[in-house]
Amino acid sequence: MTYILVLEQILNGLQLGMMLFLMAAGLTLVFGVMGLINLAHGSLYMVGAFAAAAVAGWTGSFLLALTASLAAAAAAGALMELVVIRRLYRRDHLDQVLATFALILIFSEGTRWLFGSFPLFLDVPSYLSGPVSLPGGIQYPLYRLTIILIGLAVAAGLFLLIARTRIGIQIRAGEADREMIAALGVDISKLYTVVFALGAALAGLAGALVGAIQSVQVGMGEPVLILAFVVIVIGGIGSIKGALAGALLVGMTDTLGSVFLPQLFAVFMDPASAASAGASLASMLIYILMAAILLVRPSGLYGGSA
Amino acid sequence: MKTLRMLAMAAAVPALAVAAQADTKIGMITTLSGGGAGLGVDVRDGFMLAIEQDGREGVEVVIEDDQRKPDVAVQIADRMIQSEKVNILTGIIWSNLAMAVVPAATAQNVFYLSPNAGPSALAGKRCHPNYFNVAWQNDNLHEAAGAYANEAGLKNSFILAPNYPAGQDALTGYKRMYGGELAGEIYTKLGQTDYAAEIAQIRASGADSVYFFLPGGMGISFLKQYAGSGVDLPVVGPAFSFDQGILQAVGDAALGVKNTSQWNKDIDNEANAEFVASFQAKYGRLPSLYASQGFDTANLILSALDKAEVSDQDSFRAALKAAEFASVRGDFKFGDNHHPIQDIYVREVIKDGDVFTNKIIATGLSDHADAYAGECKM
Amino acid sequence: MMLTRESLLNWAMIAALLIVPVAAWSLDEPFIITLATKAAILALAGVGLNIALGLGGLISLGHAAFFGIGGYAMGILAAHAQNYEPLFEWPFLFEGSNQMPLIWLVAVVFSALAALVIGALSLRTSGVYFIMITLAFGQMLYYFAISWSAYGGEDGLSIWVRNEFPGLNTLDPIQFFAIAYVILCLALAFAARLARSPFGLALAAARQNEDRVQAVGLTPFTLRLTAFVISGAITGLAGALFADLNRFVSPTMLSWHTSGEIMIFVILGGVGRLYGPVAGTALYILLEHLLGGISDYWQIFLGVLLLLIVLFARGGLIGALAGREKAHG
Repeated sequence: MTYILVLEQILNGLQLGMMLFLMAAGLTLVFGVMGLINLAHGSLYMVGAFAAAAVAGWTGSFLLALTASLAAAAAAGALMELVVIRRLYRRDHLDQVLATFALILIFSEGTRWLFGSFPLFLDVPSYLSGPVSLPGGIQYPLYRLTIILIGLAVAAGLFLLIARTRIGIQIRAGEADREMIAALGVDISKLYTVVFALGAALAGLAGALVGAIQSVQVGMGEPVLILAFVVIVIGGIGSIKGALAGALLVGMTDTLGSVFLPQLFAVFMDPASAASAGASLASMLIYILMAAILLVRPSGLYGGSA
Repeated sequence: MKTLRMLAMAAAVPALAVAAQADTKIGMITTLSGGGAGLGVDVRDGFMLAIEQDGREGVEVVIEDDQRKPDVAVQIADRMIQSEKVNILTGIIWSNLAMAVVPAATAQNVFYLSPNAGPSALAGKRCHPNYFNVAWQNDNLHEAAGAYANEAGLKNSFILAPNYPAGQDALTGYKRMYGGELAGEIYTKLGQTDYAAEIAQIRASGADSVYFFLPGGMGISFLKQYAGSGVDLPVVGPAFSFDQGILQAVGDAALGVKNTSQWNKDIDNEANAEFVASFQAKYGRLPSLYASQGFDTANLILSALDKAEVSDQDSFRAALKAAEFASVRGDFKFGDNHHPIQDIYVREVIKDGDVFTNKIIATGLSDHADAYAGECKM
Repeated sequence: MMLTRESLLNWAMIAALLIVPVAAWSLDEPFIITLATKAAILALAGVGLNIALGLGGLISLGHAAFFGIGGYAMGILAAHAQNYEPLFEWPFLFEGSNQMPLIWLVAVVFSALAALVIGALSLRTSGVYFIMITLAFGQMLYYFAISWSAYGGEDGLSIWVRNEFPGLNTLDPIQFFAIAYVILCLALAFAARLARSPFGLALAAARQNEDRVQAVGLTPFTLRLTAFVISGAITGLAGALFADLNRFVSPTMLSWHTSGEIMIFVILGGVGRLYGPVAGTALYILLEHLLGGISDYWQIFLGVLLLLIVLFARGGLIGALAGREKAHG
């Protein structure tokens, strides 16, 4: 094992982390501001990917496809909020779980009805494809590097938005005290729609970015949804900073675990069973990480009281 | 509602109901909703095409969606056997669902014909006279890939598959035939979508080729990421990741990849040419591997019905075993454990106009039987 | 006892769950009996979850762990008995078993033990963190089962014949239904007594006001852990029965979808209502069965119906039909 391989794997972990951050940011905002558990967040990720694939197939432009994914997911999110979600803010978490589970069924099968049962095609544009040479002689796919940069840019943008803008102040105030902010004359229902659409757009962007190097298919959102929940719980619910830290931690753990655990096991086992046993433990690793963090810090890394 | 309707019918027209009852009732349990629905839809469409083309009376097909859930599949099977009194079951796509349904179905004196899954247990220790596999034993395509690797002079393969029984069987199957060294052997997470870490290991391993078994969306993800990584070792895989339904989603990333299959649309025989044309005419898309398997399954059943009543189990079983039908694969016969003995081809992904598809470039294994037949005592 | 609307409704439901399969039996419709058996078993799992969820206020998204442990208790014991391979030889020779009572005992003991460990760790957190940590433990077991090749991994374990119960023919659908139905009734009676017992009252009090309970010298942690263990044990028993219904067990039983489904049965019926799981399960299975034939895209209709129920029928099905009184107490 060379140090180049280790560095490359760290970059891979970083890239997975950035992708998870895009998913988790919206989820944690919506939870922090509105107190809503949204299982259908993964459906917005899927909507983004399908919108991008459709527009890319139609126009051939990747930039237009990304724009379409933002727009489509934001629109789907706003619609979801206006029709269903706003009736759920005052309900308990259980009603929210059931309602958003129903939304998953509707979105998944609705997408299958519109686009068919087969995966869609979405590819990396030629100007982003292929590897680049990084200092130290690492060959790294340009597209993955781009995802890391987009993730960093979105993170920076979100911090600015929340720290510096009027809407950010309202968001922070909403997290701290919901009655207070209404009393201050903020149109709270509009704020909620905007925050929800913003989170949806980020999920849609993640779906489109990832769709180009993965498979655009029905049900693609669910595994990511679970990971995103793990991320925001590790980071502390409602905290953007926590979502970033959690995403990086989960990305690194998952990537490095799946690489190094089998090699560790190979020290004292034959290769085939080490590969299998190591992979088994690696697939459990992030859940073990999450349980361990919650045992030490019951409200996550940056969480206040739950 | 369905029950009510059935009860009403039975009450109102009992005589008619008996008269119209089909002589042969076939139950198809397959995946028609959710992420894996593409495969089930193809099997169903291929199967029904053959039934329609035949057009005989007295054959009724009941189709149900298993949602890819083993418990749902078991309950549908129970209902079809107990309430609807089917004679033949078929349709299951996934090995884990087949393992849940087949032993119980055959134990209740129903025939089961598998149009896709071929878990090793059902070919070996748990084989059953009423179970026929019309597709392949799970290891077959991987064995052919191993044999092809030897022929192509590949000496240092990197192999990977998901960490579940079919994945472990796949790598075992490849290694059974492959004679070279292994540069690496990795089990990935089931349902994994990001393969950056694995691709980095492939790059660092010094391998001369890659063999992978990653069905469905996993394979699409792997191929796209592999193409973007700049690693350009030759890739070999089984047909599942290069099937007609999936190829369009992989795009250029799949071009030139070699894959193993017992069927392709350019196999030169009359039945196949007719099948490809009529499937395209009826459904407006090219048939896939799965559609061809569904089509063959239906024609096998029909050929056996020509010779024997399904109620005469022994004669019907013998007629199935004889397999005297025009398979779209060309030659087709059953081994003693009721699994196919067939040629397995090596295909290459090409672009035909705007459509990505496969063409046969070699024969991987001729008249190949599976490795578990010896364990089958029947 | 006064017959309120809710208790009338409860009696009607439990009677319907008996009458439907008996009618199906006399009409020779064995599949209806199988559906009713499935409803009874999943309702039992829901009754278990409801003790944690409704009574204790503990939102567990990891009950599939106990359901699956129960299932694997059946699968492992029966597979060894079927293949004549000893499960262990020390301290005594044990060849597995195909006797339901023993399987149930093992299922209950092991799922209770698992609930003790998971509960003791998870109860340090609360709210959404509790939901997610229970999910994490469930996922750990799920991935473990997938790669546990000795017992089939992802393929699962299939058993040729249903296990035996002394004096009954369990392969006869109606007799197996009777077993599931009797156990469900016993569990409902147990849950009702539990809710009225001093323990149940203290638990409900801890849900509403933790400080008051501490003030009278009870520790909420112990109360909740006890409830969680009882809850897990009942769900584990349901898992053993469910595996026997299908003569099959696989990691699917351990997946978070299963946890979600059991929870949805409870919410659909009405959280904290004693008979909520029965109503919810029956409704869900009925919808699934009726809508399944409409089109390939039937899950859209299921989703819309679930959405309408949660938006407009507050307090679940029982809440909508029987009004807002509390069931427990």
